[in-house]
Amino acid sequence: MSKRIHIKQGRVIDPASNTDKITDLFIDHGKIVGIGSLGGTSRPYPDFTADLIIDATGLIVSPGFIDLSCRLREPGQTHKGDIKSETTAAAASGFTRICCPPDTTPPVDTAAIATMINEKAAAAGFCKVSLLGAMTKGLEGKQLSEMHALKEAGCIGVSNAWHSFADNQTLRKCLEYASTFDLIYFSNPLDKSLANNGCAHEGAIATRLGLPSIPALAEVVALSRDILLAEQVGIHIHFCQLSSAKAVKLVADAQRSGLPVTADVSAHQLMFTDECLDNYQSLYHLRPPLRSPEDLDGLKTGIKNNTITAICSDHQPHEPAAKMAPFPATEPGISALETLLPLALNLVSVGQLSLMALIEKLSLAPAKILGVDEGKICLNGSADLCIFNPDKQWTLEADSMLSKGKNSPLLNQTLTGQVQYTLVDGELSFSKNEPGS
Amino acid sequence: MTKEPLQLSSPPTDAFTQSTQLQLNSQGQLRHFLSINGLSKELLTEILDTADSFVSVGNKTVKNVPLLRGKTVANLFFEHSTRTRTTFELAAKRLSADVLNINISTSATSKGESLKDMLQNLEAMACDMFVIRHADSGAAHFIAQHVCPDIAVINAGDGSHEHPTQAMLDMLTIRHHKKNFEGLKVAIIGDVLHSRVARSEILALNTLGVEEVRIICPNTLLPHDADSLNVKVFRDLDSGLEDVDVITTLRLQKERMNSAFLPSEQEFYKRYGLKRSVLKLAKPDALIMHPGPMNRGVEIESEVADGAQSVILDQVHFGVAVRMAILSMAMSGQTTTKTL
Repeated sequence: MSKRIHIKQGRVIDPASNTDKITDLFIDHGKIVGIGSLGGTSRPYPDFTADLIIDATGLIVSPGFIDLSCRLREPGQTHKGDIKSETTAAAASGFTRICCPPDTTPPVDTAAIATMINEKAAAAGFCKVSLLGAMTKGLEGKQLSEMHALKEAGCIGVSNAWHSFADNQTLRKCLEYASTFDLIYFSNPLDKSLANNGCAHEGAIATRLGLPSIPALAEVVALSRDILLAEQVGIHIHFCQLSSAKAVKLVADAQRSGLPVTADVSAHQLMFTDECLDNYQSLYHLRPPLRSPEDLDGLKTGIKNNTITAICSDHQPHEPAAKMAPFPATEPGISALETLLPLALNLVSVGQLSLMALIEKLSLAPAKILGVDEGKICLNGSADLCIFNPDKQWTLEADSMLSKGKNSPLLNQTLTGQVQYTLVDGELSFSKNEPGS
Repeated sequence: MTKEPLQLSSPPTDAFTQSTQLQLNSQGQLRHFLSINGLSKELLTEILDTADSFVSVGNKTVKNVPLLRGKTVANLFFEHSTRTRTTFELAAKRLSADVLNINISTSATSKGESLKDMLQNLEAMACDMFVIRHADSGAAHFIAQHVCPDIAVINAGDGSHEHPTQAMLDMLTIRHHKKNFEGLKVAIIGDVLHSRVARSEILALNTLGVEEVRIICPNTLLPHDADSLNVKVFRDLDSGLEDVDVITTLRLQKERMNSAFLPSEQEFYKRYGLKRSVLKLAKPDALIMHPGPMNRGVEIESEVADGAQSVILDQVHFGVAVRMAILSMAMSGQTTTKTL
């Protein structure tokens, strides 16, 4: 039941229109029908009566966040997370749309699986979901998947997640077939043989800890190959979760020569380095691995100069046992949705990004990559909104996390910045407090 | 918007802090022995002095002392080992402990039981100490930190990380023959990249104050950022062995041969094998050491292994005394921790 909502006196920040002002928003039937105080009448048209008034004084009203990499774990790994639990966590973290990689069990390599996930996500109703289809059957890197059927079932792009291709010819044919249907190629660049079953960045820390290591070269070699093939084929390639300074440089070079290449980075890659691995802290076991301080600088330069346009959560929930083993035997990934906003706001606090630029990287930029008309606040646009308090301090506690995965290195830490309300198509998908009516 | 940057209890900038805290109790006594990393010269010297006092125990008719009477030591070997397991067993028995040997490759974890569950079961059976060898780097840290904090954990080799008791028995061997560490030049030859022995030895030698630690290997077996280990890197024996006091050759694992690491045993032996012909470059009284088991004719020539300068069997002999020292010190430190 769509409501008429009046959001009062929020600081509305919209990168698409370069708006940053304190004003009111009016919502009716899922759309934004009025912006501004409208001559003091507080009505976009005479018969508008708000069913719900949200007092946004002191809060920021931004376009709903859009996540380019969020794992729901369903089907197949519902002990780690499921569609309902993880979309609930996404809504509570300000996300109105999430994009899910195809590496579920079984993977999203048939229309049936895609349809099942889409239907369950729609029924849960917390968050819009964009799916990536598997490029190859079973993600085995050998046989092309039915990409056309996957597109018909709603997949907006294709990916082989972290699984490699049998050979370059297979990858080339996959890209040619995907380009036939204008599907975007989402690449997780990692050369399997150079990665050598490693679990930590190749450097002084891994040497001292004796951990099998993944050189930055493993990312750079795969990324270079992908750029060359994508150039040949003429397909939009999006690089997911860059980790090395050299990769950022190569993406910038490709962009300068006019290729349709985009990239994202996870918020935690912008915060931590391989120094966190000291004493084998498995909560910092990530893929791609946390890299050196020099790589971190390269990534920060990349988000500043817009080589990397989007920041994602790279949410990977796990059950406790997945992290409760000697470091190399643990599974990589962080349950990252619920800490995304504080980590991202930190980039503003330290002067890396303006608040406007940050919000663009969390909403408008990923919307453009996914090809959806979202990530902005405009008249007659869909009312996908995130309302947050940038100064609110809170403590991350396992018991109060909504994700099934409690695997966060930030547990029990005080964080700054908290989502108060999330609206998807004009419906409250999350509310921290009971809003006044 | 001006705000303070996100304040995180970030990992320590001093990489040694945490592992030291884990290994020592608040009195600075050893309660686990996981890594040489972060241990002081004084503590390493205390281990050597304690070991010295145990060397004579092995020479007596009654070889037992009652230091660990009534205690249960479990030897948990997730990787095959003969020498290390045997000397740990002998060390525990000479301290009068009850010893449980568990060869895990044929045990529970192959039935799908997690490492954590298995160790907690042993803890419930009132074991007092775990001696652990495991193929994963950090396994001993993991157990000491997350599984059994009240049990003394001794690292008997974890992945490519450390083999600290091996390093200490090598230090005892060196001190026995050379009297002290100052002014010594020590060369380590071979597969440093994969060697846990090399990592522990480099740390121990530098902590005890030798003049120079050298590693000699081809680039394929050189650790990344080797400079961070505080060593001098050589690619050939001719320059690397010049004027050294101690030479350790590392075991070359079979799986490294005929792979992307090395072309053949023959080429490795020709270039990096310790032979009589190259030995004369070192000091005339240079010690020859090997952590065992040896591949004769691959990393070391038989005549060198059995020659007058070889102290390889001394290493084995001192191994029991060093492990007695470490077992008794860790047990005592753990007991003190509980009463604190």
